[in-house]
Amino acid sequence: MRLRFVKRSEINKKSGLAIRGTAILLALLATTLFIAFLKLNPLSVYISMLDGSFGSAYRVKETIIKTVPLVITSLGIAVAFKMQFWNIGGEGQIAMGAFMASFVALRMPELPKPLLLALMIAAGMVGGGLWALLPAFFKARWGTNETIVTLMMNYIALKYVTYLQYGPWRDPKALGFPKIPNFSDNAILPNLFGVHIGWVFALILTAAMFIFMNHSKKGYEIAVLGESEHTARYAGINIRNTIIVSLLISGGLCGLTGMIQASAVANTLSYEVSGGIGYTAIITTWLSGLSAPFIILTSFLFSILIQGGSFIQTSFGIPQSAAQIIQGIILFFVLGSEFFTRYRLVVRKGES
Amino acid sequence: MDGLISFLTAAIVAGTPILFATVGEIITEKSGHLNLGVEGLMMMGAVMGFSVGLSTGSPAAAMLAAMAAGATGSLIYAFLTISLRANQVVTGLALTIFGTGLASFLGQKLVGQVAPEAIKTFFKPMVLPGLGQIPFIGQVFFRQDAFVYFGYLMALGAGFYLYYTRPGRHIRAIGENPGAADAAGVNVTLYRYAHILAGGALCGLGGAYLSLVYVPAWQDNVTAGRGWIAVALVIFAAWNPFKALMGAYLFGGLDIIGFRIQGSAIHISQYIIDMLPYVVTIVVLVAVSMKKSKEMAPPKHLGLPYYREER
Amino acid sequence: MENYISMRNISKSFGKVVANRNINLTVKKGEIHALLGENGAGKSTLMNMLSGVYTPDSGSIFVKEKEVRFASPKDAIDQGIGMIYQHFKLVENMTAAENIVLGRRTGLFAGRKALNREIGEISRRFGLDIDPGKKVYDMSVGERQTLEILKVLYRGADILILDEPTAVLTPQETSKLFDIMRRMKEEGHAVIFITHKMNEVMEVSDRITVLRKGETVGTVDKAETNPKLLTEMMVGRPVDLSIRRVKVPKGRKLLEVKSVNAVNQYGGPVLKSVSFELFAGEILGVAGVAGSGQKELCESIAGLYPIKQGEVLFENESLIGLSPSAIIKKGVSFSFVPEDRLGMGLVASMGMVDNIVLKQYQSQRGLFIDRRPAVEKSRQIIESLDINTPGIHHPVRQLSGGNIQKVLLGRELDSNPHLLITAYPVRGLDINTCYTIYDLLNREKEKGVGVLFVAEDLDVLIELSDRIMVMYNGEIAGIYDAEKCTKEMLGLLMTGNKLEGTEGLQ
Repeated sequence: MRLRFVKRSEINKKSGLAIRGTAILLALLATTLFIAFLKLNPLSVYISMLDGSFGSAYRVKETIIKTVPLVITSLGIAVAFKMQFWNIGGEGQIAMGAFMASFVALRMPELPKPLLLALMIAAGMVGGGLWALLPAFFKARWGTNETIVTLMMNYIALKYVTYLQYGPWRDPKALGFPKIPNFSDNAILPNLFGVHIGWVFALILTAAMFIFMNHSKKGYEIAVLGESEHTARYAGINIRNTIIVSLLISGGLCGLTGMIQASAVANTLSYEVSGGIGYTAIITTWLSGLSAPFIILTSFLFSILIQGGSFIQTSFGIPQSAAQIIQGIILFFVLGSEFFTRYRLVVRKGES
Repeated sequence: MDGLISFLTAAIVAGTPILFATVGEIITEKSGHLNLGVEGLMMMGAVMGFSVGLSTGSPAAAMLAAMAAGATGSLIYAFLTISLRANQVVTGLALTIFGTGLASFLGQKLVGQVAPEAIKTFFKPMVLPGLGQIPFIGQVFFRQDAFVYFGYLMALGAGFYLYYTRPGRHIRAIGENPGAADAAGVNVTLYRYAHILAGGALCGLGGAYLSLVYVPAWQDNVTAGRGWIAVALVIFAAWNPFKALMGAYLFGGLDIIGFRIQGSAIHISQYIIDMLPYVVTIVVLVAVSMKKSKEMAPPKHLGLPYYREER
Repeated sequence: MENYISMRNISKSFGKVVANRNINLTVKKGEIHALLGENGAGKSTLMNMLSGVYTPDSGSIFVKEKEVRFASPKDAIDQGIGMIYQHFKLVENMTAAENIVLGRRTGLFAGRKALNREIGEISRRFGLDIDPGKKVYDMSVGERQTLEILKVLYRGADILILDEPTAVLTPQETSKLFDIMRRMKEEGHAVIFITHKMNEVMEVSDRITVLRKGETVGTVDKAETNPKLLTEMMVGRPVDLSIRRVKVPKGRKLLEVKSVNAVNQYGGPVLKSVSFELFAGEILGVAGVAGSGQKELCESIAGLYPIKQGEVLFENESLIGLSPSAIIKKGVSFSFVPEDRLGMGLVASMGMVDNIVLKQYQSQRGLFIDRRPAVEKSRQIIESLDINTPGIHHPVRQLSGGNIQKVLLGRELDSNPHLLITAYPVRGLDINTCYTIYDLLNREKEKGVGVLFVAEDLDVLIELSDRIMVMYNGEIAGIYDAEKCTKEMLGLLMTGNKLEGTEGLQ
């Protein structure tokens, strides 16, 4: 008997989903082993995680609050990934978006609320967009490796915000505690149904992104360029322009996340504003298969993981980094599973 | 003069972990695989090397543990990208996320711990007889610790291996045109696994140098982006281990320039100076990409999966 | 005579596509055995199994009367089987010698002297001429092929498989290759020669096995057959292999290219003061060895390659400085079929509709795409070109090569161009589809379209074109009336030889 892999002639959507689902189940199994390895009862850990995410109205709200930035950032990253532009600079773009929004909030705290918030949103998107524009420009002009540049810019952005926090923007009234002053009430996003209005943004942006990617000219050009630069050239697509526009959108969305986090969640700017969202969003984006509606699903699942993760941190003493390990494991399994959507295993009886 | 010598000596020390990671990634990329998990591999090596060093006090055991950690991490990558043909970029990112998380998880109990005396003594700078007496050059290059000397040998050896030996030629051929190597009877899969694992082991060593010798104590996120700088240096060094020597020490210099400036009369915030290596990495990458030449080109098949029966 | 190779009841499929079904082939010592069949008949698949690249689904292979099972090309090499692939398997940035020893167990370090001596010996024995120190990227196509042959002989191969070796060669290089093949036969080797060209089969082979649609039609002795019979075996019915040349009165001047110069990314010249004119209702053929500047020429007209110096006038308006999309709007259509057929012009993972949208959406108004016209167009093209696809949204990647090319051409012709630039449009197609495409080109010509037609097959160029332009090393080696051209003459021009007393042909 021999085993061989044979290329599937057709990929059907149902079996694709089934394979992906199996991968996530296997990842859960591996995670279970990992928890058991820590000499904990996996079942009670899982139950506790769900309890931490949904156990009370407050916890549900917290889970939703964690979903919002993931959704918006993932939408941004998906635009870049669709073009095979590996924007792993979400973290820095969030920080710079938050920085620009905070600049407006701290400089003009007395502006009327709608105007101030609108200005902050615009500033946040510009901040994130510009931070993504630089690597996009290098890529478009000279083909510079965007992965490394976007990542290096994460470090630069976070160092910069740290500098502000410990230096020029430090609150003198904080009694030596290194923090930036809180925003005025006018600079804080309002709530709707008990959760800040960011969730409405996330839903609207998801719908908009779906339409953009599937029905707009630019979205189509991004998809073509991602598939083949040659084809894009032959079709007369302006490659530089497409790279720049898609990264402005990508970074702009990350910047918006920064604004929302600074305004609605932290009420100020700090170097922890991005908190790893930029990296987690890479995973949620990939798991969604770069499809906007699925981004909501994967982001929600991951915010359960994060929210539940911080809950079990206190109840079981599992460090927060365990959540990161689990994220990595899930991603490994899903990456590996994609092989099985393209190939199937054939068992053949031995012959003479 | 003394100031310059001490600066250069320190630059070489700071560049050594980057050198290991860079050469590791060169070997990986020569096989046609782009592994963006260097940062994660270094972290895994750093934590494993440190904890084994701490419990055994043996430098050899610590180094072996770091290499094993790096190799194990890259085995995950190799299995996913070679055997299952997963996207190399995303797999590398996943490895970085996983490795960083694992290191911070395992390192939880190590925070604040200092490397054991036995290891610190073992890696004390020693003057090489003869060579160490050469004015300037000897003072900079040959009054270093054992790990730095090992770094010289490792980089020179890797260069010799790639360009002057039969297996080295095979791995270069695989990175350029795996179909040609396969048709010529080279076992592409085996070669790729072996070199990706070796590359990972070197990245792990680089991480262990940071935690055991350079700092030498455990601190969270000890690599601080050096893995990514190494990935950039591979491009800067044009996939050549000999050139990686120069690049790594150059970045070592940038790494420590902050401390030196702080000690001097110039007043710049430490956080701004800390940006320097990252800014310079970007500048170097852009400069290299502006200048295109055949000699600077990456392995032709870098990043693309290969499957013999593809059709 | 001894049987060197015997393949029995070999079958192989890729997904749902059956490439080989119960194929039988026997090759004897000291013979040149032609494997004849159309593109897609399964020749390459069969040979890839013989050389260990693919594993058969069923059936058995015997080498020198002994059953073998290859797990990798290395196993086949060990049995003395050497394959020269259609797309050369050479490492470009290594020297000839390094390529030759690749994969050999010659000790850890390379002993260059002994190696060079050995290479010299084999070269003399078989009349191969190669410089061991030369880098592959500096070699011409002919040299690369010689190197491939030397490589397998060095490994001690006595069974050689040549997969369409003449497709990229000039007539002169081809006859040199045939000499080498005859030398090998005299040395007692067995040579398997894959081709679809009848005249070559008749010239060089001893026996011929014909494949059709993945099955064996039969094996015949050359002495007992003729081209007409072979064609019938190959296609399955009698066919007329001549291409009709349509006579159209010479139209107005459509395109004028004046001393165009261009350089590659390293600054080396790729086009050297190229000048020519193209008229409406004309097919201007472009001949040349691969990489002589054909691609760069087409691309610079289409606005895809930067022109350093010179003029490109289309209907008396300069195209220089215009964006590719502006040039498309002016009525210039360009399709280039690369070796892998996808990647230039088509988006592999998208369906027909989205691929047709590619040339339509820019003329639509607003920010959004209306796919309805493309849906309509897809149905029309499927109808008119007889495209076989499961659906208009089915990824084109999964279609057969012929169908992929029909989608590409159908789309290009649909834009009603005035100037049609097409490079290698029949690459890898079966005979029927080739003729469909020649007819399409002729129909465009009758409509008054000017056609720039880049091709490899000199016979087709001579029969289909009105004039033929020969490119050599980025220069125009000459433009000639196609009816007065011979293959030999084109071959000489393609390799940089000057012709004496041919001014009258121009």
